[in-house]
Amino acid sequence: MRDHVIETRDLVKVYQMGDTEVRALAGVSLVIGQGELVAIMGASGSGKSTLMNILGCLDRPTSGTYLLDGVDVSGLDRNARADVRNSKIGFVFQSFNLLARTSTLENVELPLLYSESTLQQRERHERARAAIARVGLDGREGHYPSQLSGGQQQRVAIARSLINDPAIILADEPTGNLDSVTSEEIMALFQELNDNGKTIILITHEHDIAQHAKRIVHVKDGRILSDERHEQVRVRGTR
Amino acid sequence: MNSSTLRLWNITKVGLKAISRNKMRSSLTMLGIVIGVACVIAMVAVGSGASKAIQANINALGSNFIMIFPGASTTGGARIFTGQSTLTADDASALKVECPAVRYVSAGVRTGGQIVAAELNWGTQIMGSDVEWPLIREWNLSQGEFFTEAEVKAGAKAVVLGQTVVDNLFPNGEAVGQIVRIKNVPFRVIGVLEQKGGNQMGQDQDDTAVVPYTTAMKRLMGTPRIGIIYVSAVAPDRVSEAMEQIDGVLRQRQRIPPGGDANFMMRSQEEIASSASQMSKTLSTLLGSVAAISLLVGGIGIMNIMLVSVTERTREIGVRMAIGAKGRHVLLQFLFEAIALSIAGGLIGVLLGAGVSKLIAKFAGWPVDVSMGSVLLAFGFSAAIGIFFGFYPARKASMLDPIDALRYE
Ligand SMILES: Nc1ncnc2c1ncn2[C@@H]1O[C@H](COP(=O)(O)OP(=O)(O)OP(=O)(O)O)[C@@H](O)[C@H]1O
Ligand SMILES: [Mg+2]
Repeated sequence: MRDHVIETRDLVKVYQMGDTEVRALAGVSLVIGQGELVAIMGASGSGKSTLMNILGCLDRPTSGTYLLDGVDVSGLDRNARADVRNSKIGFVFQSFNLLARTSTLENVELPLLYSESTLQQRERHERARAAIARVGLDGREGHYPSQLSGGQQQRVAIARSLINDPAIILADEPTGNLDSVTSEEIMALFQELNDNGKTIILITHEHDIAQHAKRIVHVKDGRILSDERHEQVRVRGTR
Repeated sequence: MNSSTLRLWNITKVGLKAISRNKMRSSLTMLGIVIGVACVIAMVAVGSGASKAIQANINALGSNFIMIFPGASTTGGARIFTGQSTLTADDASALKVECPAVRYVSAGVRTGGQIVAAELNWGTQIMGSDVEWPLIREWNLSQGEFFTEAEVKAGAKAVVLGQTVVDNLFPNGEAVGQIVRIKNVPFRVIGVLEQKGGNQMGQDQDDTAVVPYTTAMKRLMGTPRIGIIYVSAVAPDRVSEAMEQIDGVLRQRQRIPPGGDANFMMRSQEEIASSASQMSKTLSTLLGSVAAISLLVGGIGIMNIMLVSVTERTREIGVRMAIGAKGRHVLLQFLFEAIALSIAGGLIGVLLGAGVSKLIAKFAGWPVDVSMGSVLLAFGFSAAIGIFFGFYPARKASMLDPIDALRYE
């Protein structure tokens, strides 16, 4: 692994809304190294999600370059970006985004369905079980999302993001739908994963949540306002 | 299995799972195809059963069989009655003498009437014929005898009854020797025609009575002209030769120059058969296309449901795309779902259609003929409908933008 997992230069994203242009990103240069835990903060409409979509290869920047794992991905087409998302990026969303009426095991396995690997069903199950155990949900493999609490659903989503052993995990307001105790638990899980070497980027509104990161990036009007490392506040083991 | 077939199989399973998750909706969606396919199978079965029956009836006329109608014109191939019949009994006898390729000839007239026995009566078709008529129709008697030449010449009041008429007038079966009245004229029953059986067209051939044509013309109809001449050629391969000779003789007798419009028209069994098959083909096409339209409607039903399903599952599509599904994976998933629905519907429809055909055969007494061809056709068509109508919604799903799809409420 090289040092820089993410390296962007002058990312600009312009949305054309009829006659008016919305500059959601106005030149973002950001370098994130292997094993970092970064919180991105900013007011509503500041461009956090837009940045996240580009970092997650869901979208392409209007201009600027983006190197992911040392590879320029800013000009990739739809299919190539799908491959990158599948193999290098794990997504965690605010609203969990699990498939309804689908078991924990199947939800976690889902990325394997679209990957280039030639895993047989048994190996897929094994890997999914391992990921489920890693987020502390052993024994819930057969549960449907409707049978799980919000925190548990978010753990399933984190297990799903881990299954292909991605270079980064991107979490857009992962605790936005959770109460404070559950939020702490999820942050503890992120810290634990980060301790084991995972690079994690999360967007949050909440200061308390951001304090659990090692580095906080403030965004305003599509630009980076501040970018500082600080002493990480550890979550007391509540799990 | 290599990676791409494995993935294909897994994506197929995703499509199938979506069907089983929504059983009620899936079965309602299938219903359109089920009914469409069942319609095609049943309609084609009825159509081809009918045409087989018609062919069988016509074949039963015998391959030597020729009919000559009076008062015909060649205008546009359509037969036009000129009011007055132009054929006489003498024309019929002349054919017998002058045409070497002709074996049997019988003049004929047809009318309808009520036949009255002691206290029962029965309305039927009354046929006036000559003595050779049973030979031409290859129709034997089960009891008694047919009338003789002498009886025809004398205009004897003798009648030969079909089995249905006997059944209705003489329930005890003792018909020969009894007296019946037709239009108030007393006739003696001298014979009974063999039962033809298998009235395939719903038309009972045994519901008939045959009298000498002379008697029929004089006593029952009051006409000096005959309505038809039945002829049989000496052999099946000499039918056209016989028709040429008949044409020549009749033209000469009617003083029509060669090439001029004839005032009579001939039909051989073969010609009747081909025009009937033309007709039944039209019937089959008509029934088939009505059924095909219902299949099409079923296909539109599938498209409708798939479109709803794509909209409903926009979030799911977004999630799948975010974690690495490509457009074609999503396309295949929804396409498989549509195809599986229509093939399952097709299978059930085939069974239902075959069942309905059997019921029609049993209760309506219609001849039906479920052919392997129509089964394959309907089945293949339903699969094609799945592909055709499933493609648009599936493509729509595959073109979604993952960000928009994820944001969809
Ligand atoms: N698809 C789009 N079309 C047009 N404008 C857009 C689009 N997506 C985002 N924007 C605009 O870009 C700007 C940044 O939006 P973005 O969603 O990145 O904000 P955010 O920081 O994530 O806000 P929040 O904290 O509310 O989620 C906003 O002004 C928004 O209106
Ligand atoms: Mg946002």
